[in-house]
Amino acid sequence: MKALENFMRKMEPKKDGKLPLAHTIWDGTYTFLFTPGETTKNGVHIRDGVDLKRTMFTVIIALIPALLFGIWNTGHQHYVALGMDSAPFWDKILFGLIKVLPLVIVSYAVGLGVEFLFSASKGHPIQEGFLVSGMLIPLCMPVEVPLWMVAVATIFAVVIGKEVFGGTGMNILNPALTARAFLFFAYPTKMSGDKVWVSTSTEAGQSVADGFTGATALGDLATTVGQPMGQNAEVVSKFGSDGTYSLFNAFMGWIPGSVGETSALAILIGAAILLITGIGSWKIMLSFLVGGLVMGGIFNAFAVNDFMELNPLHHVLIGGFMFGMVFMATDPVSAAQTNTGKWIYGFLGGLFAIMIRVFNPAYPEGVMLAILFMNVMAPMIDHYVVQSNIKKRQKRAQVVAA
Amino acid sequence: MPFNFGEFINLNSMSKVYKVTKGLDIKLEGVADKVYESATPETYALKPTDFHGIFPKLIHREGDEVKAGTPILYDKYNEHARFASPVSGEIVEVKRGAKRKMLEVKILADKELKYEKGDPKDGSREEVIETMSNAGLWPFLKQRPYDVIADAEVTPKSIHISAFDTAPLGADLDFCLHGREKDFQRGLDVLSKLTDGKVHLNVHRIKTTSEVFRNAKGVQINEFEGKHPSGLVGVQINKVDPINKGENVWTIDAQRVAVIGRYFNEGIYDASIIVSLGGSRVEKPRYYKTLMGASIKDMVKDNLTDSADDLRFISGNPLVGDAIEKDGFIGYYHNSICVLPEGDSPQFLGWIAPNFDKFSMSRTFFSWMQGGKRYDLNTNTNGEERAFVVTGQYDKVMPMDILPQQLIKSIIVEDVEQMELLGIYEVIPEDFALCEYVCTSKQDLQQIVRKGLDIAKEELG
Repeated sequence: MKALENFMRKMEPKKDGKLPLAHTIWDGTYTFLFTPGETTKNGVHIRDGVDLKRTMFTVIIALIPALLFGIWNTGHQHYVALGMDSAPFWDKILFGLIKVLPLVIVSYAVGLGVEFLFSASKGHPIQEGFLVSGMLIPLCMPVEVPLWMVAVATIFAVVIGKEVFGGTGMNILNPALTARAFLFFAYPTKMSGDKVWVSTSTEAGQSVADGFTGATALGDLATTVGQPMGQNAEVVSKFGSDGTYSLFNAFMGWIPGSVGETSALAILIGAAILLITGIGSWKIMLSFLVGGLVMGGIFNAFAVNDFMELNPLHHVLIGGFMFGMVFMATDPVSAAQTNTGKWIYGFLGGLFAIMIRVFNPAYPEGVMLAILFMNVMAPMIDHYVVQSNIKKRQKRAQVVAA
Repeated sequence: MPFNFGEFINLNSMSKVYKVTKGLDIKLEGVADKVYESATPETYALKPTDFHGIFPKLIHREGDEVKAGTPILYDKYNEHARFASPVSGEIVEVKRGAKRKMLEVKILADKELKYEKGDPKDGSREEVIETMSNAGLWPFLKQRPYDVIADAEVTPKSIHISAFDTAPLGADLDFCLHGREKDFQRGLDVLSKLTDGKVHLNVHRIKTTSEVFRNAKGVQINEFEGKHPSGLVGVQINKVDPINKGENVWTIDAQRVAVIGRYFNEGIYDASIIVSLGGSRVEKPRYYKTLMGASIKDMVKDNLTDSADDLRFISGNPLVGDAIEKDGFIGYYHNSICVLPEGDSPQFLGWIAPNFDKFSMSRTFFSWMQGGKRYDLNTNTNGEERAFVVTGQYDKVMPMDILPQQLIKSIIVEDVEQMELLGIYEVIPEDFALCEYVCTSKQDLQQIVRKGLDIAKEELG
């Protein structure tokens, strides 16, 4: 490795040379290959082993189960649509790879490109924030989204969602959700409905099976709103124990949806990695889940349509709830930062996610909107938590003075 | 499990037990064995850089002969802050740095120590202040807010002494003060004259067994237990009787209390202390009986496993100490010396390597499965400085009722009002050392707090 190190050192372009971008790229590559031999100067003489690279990398590892499952499920849903459920495992994986990998590559290439440009223009080293965003973006997209849209959304998310606020650590909104929300409102037909979730491209001799709809669980449920209960036996039956969206199927994740969001199991494996390593906030995850269950429970108790009637547990297993809870709401930069604030932030996030989903079926992705809304509210929550700390301190002084 | 009443109130002494639940013990290799040798090096030094915010003026010049206890420096802005020579001998060098900043006043010691003979009086507060100031004992006392030498014009609401050190490779104060009951008790008696409130002696519920502390009279003994930083006096103050705006609390190191006591008992400035020498690269980690300001040269000579060029010598502990040379001098307030390997070689793919030898509060390294293992940590930063991203990690190691991240941010933007509201007057840089250790973004928090204190002192006085 010494040879590689020497080679890299020799390659180093001048920092204040003609091409600041060259140095930024070199620096990004070098620090990716080597943890620099930099020693402590002021203050503590020893430092914790963890750094931002390792933190972000841990999150990426936690995303791998969801990614792998998403790749398989993309293929699986495709073959189900064609009525070929029993297609070989590797065929499904191969199809999934062909569909999903380009999303990942475009997201990373475009996002990192923009990040490097900004870092170079500001003279900063590249920060690792996008490593996670770059993986979250493809995982929260419908599989049929055109690649150019992913590119545009990624640019929008990085520039407007992050860099204008000052870059990594300064953003108000979660960049990956910003990308998704951008597409959702700019190109609604490509982000919702029943044409985008399952790839139905056919080869010679193949055709879409009869009765295939391509809708998601939430899409189906949305059709029941506004009608009295009991009118939609067909939709309701899909959520029964033998239905397409049974509790078990929703937990395992072999249902249509965004690439990485369908399998609660894969997401929970990721959650376990985040919680064991201490990278993800258990306070946010737990309170978000409780918030969702509480809202689902309230709706269930006062149900006037079949959507509200849905079992709260079922509610949190379908759509992007789990994915949002584990990977989006816990983004430390856009979440509440105080411990008390995290409880409030998570609980309200879960609550609003289910509320938006049910009360406004035009926005089946209540989770995305709820988290973005709570991102905006997080500084205010923190403000009140900080104020209470300040008040406590002032009160203490008054007691002494009295 | 039956309810254990004794956990909350220790029935033997009826002192209150404070449990510190937050924090982190950093277990390093090379803990000093509980044996001591004496170290009588040739040179000693007073380092004006040990005292933040003073304007040092020399009383004696290069070439002057001084006795142990002769004030050789004073602070232009604090008439009580006079700094005494720990030994008798000749001032051989006044080392200066950039802009003629005074760094070290070196004294070549006599073979036989000669003491300045004093006439200690402790009848009243004024007499104590006068005596301590003339004898060069005053700088032992530090004040909060601002972490500077105590201001004698102000009467503090209390004085706190920590009787145990939980920092990595910290000295065992039970061991250091063994047999010094008389001096320590006299020191406490003198200190109690300086405050209208109480003198608090904060001990560890289990580890503090020394009679020096357990039998101390005229003070309030508070018992603590928990991980580091439960031994930090700032944490103890916050738990026992937090500092409110406008209040003043003084702190003093336990070994310095005995030095004061000795002076009032016998009229001599005997700067004897016991310091620990530890760290993974020390061959025989142990304690040394020496004088304040002693050169570490003899202690580390032939006692290192590596070449001195690859090592970092620290006066103090790895969290709050100062880097010194291999022939440097023990800092004024320090009780320990540590020697750690420098970590100046890059690591290939360090962000993904399993790294069993790295220690982290997070469990992103497999080292968390290794239980009570002691670590051989080096001085590598283990990553580059970044913007604040991770939240809540400081809270895990900050037992004080302080919002660390919010306070740090208010300092960075120099919002004095917010700093004050968030309690900057309660903290000093060392309280943030553990936060700095765990910081994923590798921010220099102690420096930031120092800056905040300087701004606050200037604006608020």
